[in-house]
Amino acid sequence: MSKSTMDTSQKLTPLVEVGRSRPKTDAGEKTSGRTQYIHDFSMPRMLYGKIKYSDRANARIVSIDTSEASAVPGVKAVITGGDVPEIRFGFLKDNLALKKDRVRQYRDEVAAVAATSPEAAAAAAAKIKVEYEDLPPLFDPEEAMAEDAPLVHETDPRGKEAKDNRLRLPWKFEAGDMKEGEKGSAYVAEGEYEAGWVTHCCMGTSGCVATFDPSDNLTIYSNTQIPSLAKSDFQEALKAMGLDGAVRVVNMAIGGGFGSKLDTYAYEYIAILLAHRTRRPVKLIFDREEEFEATSPRQPVKIKVRQGCDQEGNLTFRDISMLLDNGAYTSWGATTPTVMMMPVSSLYRVPNIRFQATCVYTNNTYAQAMRGYGTPQVTFAIESNLDELAEQVGLDPYEMRMKNANVPNETTPQGFQVTTCGHKRCLEEVAERLDWSSRRGRPQKRGAKVRGVGMASLLHVGGGAKIYKSDGCGTLIKMDDQGWVDVYSGSMEIGQGLETILKQIVAETLGCRVEAVNVILGDTDVCPWDVGVHASRSTFVAGNSALRAAELVRDQILDTAASTLSVPRDDLSLREDTVVCKNDSDKNTPIAKVARRAHFASAGNTMFMAANFYEPDTELLGEDFKGNFSRTYAWGCHGVEVEVDTETGKVDIIRYIAAHDVGRAINPMLLKGQIYGAALMGVGYALTEEMIYQEGRLLNPNFRDYKILTAMDTLPVEPVIIEDPDTDGPYGAKGIGEPGLVPTAPAIANAVYDALGIRLNRVPMKPEQVLEAIFRNQGREIEER
Amino acid sequence: MRVDSETGSVMGASVDQVVSFLVNGDPVRVAVRTDWSLLRILRDDLDLMGSKEGCGGGDCGACTVLVDGVAVNSCVFPAVEVDGAEVVTIEGLEAADGTLHPLQKAFAEYGAVQCGFCTPGMIMAAKGLLDRVPEPSEGQIKRALAGNLCRCTGYNQIIEAVKAAAGAMSR
Repeated sequence: MSKSTMDTSQKLTPLVEVGRSRPKTDAGEKTSGRTQYIHDFSMPRMLYGKIKYSDRANARIVSIDTSEASAVPGVKAVITGGDVPEIRFGFLKDNLALKKDRVRQYRDEVAAVAATSPEAAAAAAAKIKVEYEDLPPLFDPEEAMAEDAPLVHETDPRGKEAKDNRLRLPWKFEAGDMKEGEKGSAYVAEGEYEAGWVTHCCMGTSGCVATFDPSDNLTIYSNTQIPSLAKSDFQEALKAMGLDGAVRVVNMAIGGGFGSKLDTYAYEYIAILLAHRTRRPVKLIFDREEEFEATSPRQPVKIKVRQGCDQEGNLTFRDISMLLDNGAYTSWGATTPTVMMMPVSSLYRVPNIRFQATCVYTNNTYAQAMRGYGTPQVTFAIESNLDELAEQVGLDPYEMRMKNANVPNETTPQGFQVTTCGHKRCLEEVAERLDWSSRRGRPQKRGAKVRGVGMASLLHVGGGAKIYKSDGCGTLIKMDDQGWVDVYSGSMEIGQGLETILKQIVAETLGCRVEAVNVILGDTDVCPWDVGVHASRSTFVAGNSALRAAELVRDQILDTAASTLSVPRDDLSLREDTVVCKNDSDKNTPIAKVARRAHFASAGNTMFMAANFYEPDTELLGEDFKGNFSRTYAWGCHGVEVEVDTETGKVDIIRYIAAHDVGRAINPMLLKGQIYGAALMGVGYALTEEMIYQEGRLLNPNFRDYKILTAMDTLPVEPVIIEDPDTDGPYGAKGIGEPGLVPTAPAIANAVYDALGIRLNRVPMKPEQVLEAIFRNQGREIEER
Repeated sequence: MRVDSETGSVMGASVDQVVSFLVNGDPVRVAVRTDWSLLRILRDDLDLMGSKEGCGGGDCGACTVLVDGVAVNSCVFPAVEVDGAEVVTIEGLEAADGTLHPLQKAFAEYGAVQCGFCTPGMIMAAKGLLDRVPEPSEGQIKRALAGNLCRCTGYNQIIEAVKAAAGAMSR
């Protein structure tokens, strides 16, 4: 292994499958074009759905004329909010599948069509005529908070009158004594930071196929990240439709998730309504423009931060307040402050904390979960501001971080019980590899180009996140007479490699070949419950569940082998598809043979199979938002060297070190893939990506105008995998899905500051903004002279 | 061609012409309209579902196929233009006995695949490059793949895979 990617692990027990860089077990299917995504799926007599969206940001619907649409040849159904049962959905149930008498954002669904071809459906949708009566729209969250602001929702979903546009979600957290903290501070840094809208840009667009059998049982072919919760949501929809059929969610391969598929969307309910109306399967697939406009982006936020420290640089308090644009309806975006509290309260040791977040309705698009779940935004504020504080103290930002870094076994102000913690090692690795001590504070100029270095840390959940009443996952395992193993897990493969990880964990535990392990995911008829693919939890939670189920099967094999071979059980182990006998290799027996002995016994016939539901031993956050909501926590630090072109404002990444505390890498190659991918997505977030809205209308719903990074922008990432096996992780593993994105923006902003002495406090730091800041900075200097 | 399941007529409007071309070595004849894309007939008429539509506007490369050896975005390549051409799709890369192409193997072995939606197009773009430039520099690889977006991998392992495949093919 090269130095740049070497693991810095110690004391790892050598294992057979765990720790092996094995190709994804679904890679052959994917590289050969065999994998079936929702786009590639069809059914006999299937119809094509198309949605008619609002033409207004805020208006009353006066009338909808569907007569011309219905007359288009091939059209089988045209539905509007007025002629279907009301289906409410979303976190606060403030959204309707089809809007009835009011639209509140441009992406509102006012009608839908099912037709025998996509062309006919599109032609018909275009012929739907809607008459509106405009209402005054609100696009600025601060304006939406004004006393005389019009109400986006006049009532809550229960019909109770709303007083203002604030969501009744009291995101408030306090720990310690802020007054004491202020009093003990020799230095205080204040700042305001802002992040705009960004979106997931999954390469496969969203879509589903809904179909009913004659008994009103619904099967929905989906690409959700939450099969079990989506099933409950759809079951509720059926109830609203007056149906008592069952729901089955079957996932196709998913063309990217990143949080975009963590909630159900109106289009899915619309497909269900159309399928029921027509009694035929209905396929509804988004085109790219729809994907940009009608899926929910990362939440935009304005953050105020104050942090203090004593004479020596020990942090004394942190005070953060923020205003979030909720958009017109409430999905998971509105809950991101609960997760933002995590770095606010617990990244570095800060005794006194205050956090307050306000979410406000506007007529903008509504927000959802996206990789990092609020923490990239708030970490940008914390880590940028920390550099400013260090400067006041006169401390090197690295020294400042080391001084306040988290340590193993601490309990944080939010009540997180830290077990393993690699924060300091991550910082050290970054400083050493970036040659920090000789580079920081010494910007290198070459003509108009200036180089500087910066770093930023991250804290994330590494062992699930109990934000729902269960954070569990179930697994069923069975072994057949030939030793083939089927693993049914409630979790889902979304590209991150869960299928492969589960196979490696089960193969390790059962001492069998990975090729003998089959993993079945994404079918609610056969797979147990799981809360969903989010919070970087799948390897930890689904992995732990699979591990425990596999251990039960292993014990059954060993028990049978001990009795049929007449040897003490403790002498037996499983290796290379064989029950191995410690003191008598003549008794070594293929596992499959033991399975047959159990199955075809003269009495007491059985087969090897077991189930486990793993619920991490964690707590829901209390009223005061305190509690140990993850079984373990993951740290990391990113260090970056940038080169800023002071003539164009362009920021280039010269070096990029990404050090992560991963517990143990089940599959280092796949783990690095998570880091590479997250880091580049993070750099896009930091430098180029922005959804540009003008009065509620998205101006850049395509890849030409919304700039995700390309192969030309590939980062010179050096992943540093720090392995200190976690006490509770499956074979010591912690989560890694989201962390790689979290500290990118502040690391870059801090490096730009090192290069130019200019603090950029808004992402994305696009060339025009960097240039503007340079000009402003020069202007001020001229005035001061 | 997409036929209305009830009326039996071709949806939209009547076809404009018939094109004959080779796809993965097999001769085919397809009735097309002038506003149809190559991707549409590959997926809807020829059941070659490996080429994906990620944007429909030539921006993402998920639909990349080779037309007479040149990598093109089939979603904006007019179907009428393939008359007489030789088209290779991802399905044409593996040997008749199922042996995967060195690019397909390398993408798996180097971790270049995550969700996989961009993978067929990415591999076809790389194939287009390696057919022209058997030993490309890293810069040439990046330029050749610049029109193929991937949201999962950060491209690092894709570039490594293309280098490895180039090495394997030149041996």
